[in-house]
Amino acid sequence: MDLGPHSTFIIAAYGASAFILVLLIGWIAVENRMLKRQLADFEARGITRRSAVRKDTQTEPSRSPA
Amino acid sequence: MALIDLANPTRFLSLSGRALPWLAGATALAFACGFWLAAGAPDDYQQGATVKIMFIHVPSAWLAMFGWMVMSLSALGTLVWLHPLADTAAKAAAPIGAAFTLICLITGALWGRPMWGTYWVWDARLTSVFVLFLMYLGVIALWRTFDDPSRAGRAAAILTLVGAINIPIIKFSVDWWNTLHQPASVVKMSGPAIHPTILWPLLTMALAFTLLFITLHLAAMRNEILKRRIRSLSMMQADAAPGR
Repeated sequence: MDLGPHSTFIIAAYGASAFILVLLIGWIAVENRMLKRQLADFEARGITRRSAVRKDTQTEPSRSPA
Repeated sequence: MALIDLANPTRFLSLSGRALPWLAGATALAFACGFWLAAGAPDDYQQGATVKIMFIHVPSAWLAMFGWMVMSLSALGTLVWLHPLADTAAKAAAPIGAAFTLICLITGALWGRPMWGTYWVWDARLTSVFVLFLMYLGVIALWRTFDDPSRAGRAAAILTLVGAINIPIIKFSVDWWNTLHQPASVVKMSGPAIHPTILWPLLTMALAFTLLFITLHLAAMRNEILKRRIRSLSMMQADAAPGR
């Protein structure tokens, strides 16, 4: 593929766009991993949301053998 | 499934978790097709090979505006309908919109240098897009100034709706003022003024960029929901601490 006399500008444009998008995707992915780890840490310490506790309590009878 | 079901963050996490792998796959496929078509597109009779910059510049410009429109709709959701996920959607869209606006500005400058002889001019189109970038940064900064997400959401929603006035200014700036930037050539009443050999790669890349925006927006919204859960758990932990 011949990019002609302005190839530097074309490559720089695609390179800069790829760099920005990779940074954005990486930031969202890393943040997600970090947040999931923090939530798991809370759960491991027995700290759960009230709604999650309520749901567990509501579903408890159906899980217990009759 | 009713739309109201999505108002539940747990339900949203479940649905978006199932949709994300498919969206990511569709995005990758659309980008593969877009790059293949872009590589095979002929040079423009005036721009030469620099027309290839348009395949990323134009979609990123559209998504820069689309991002603000998503935020404006979410702002209405926050202020009018009190939708529980509206400010989450607005906050998640801001950095993504800012990234696409930055891509638009950089690629535009890199196209302008060989074609116009300059990286930048303060004409109405370029300036209004630069203002949009500053507004994105302003909204991101505003979100960070409040500890309480619901208070931040209301303040950011008002700023977003005020800033929405810039979107028609960007769109019609090339018609209202005498600008160096060329007028619309794809979205116009008389139909696209671009040859199909260049139009199809452009539209395919626009589809890929749009799918990427949606994928990243859903992923960022999931992160925001998790952040709020961690915040409430931290507060519960602080309340339960001895001595309180």
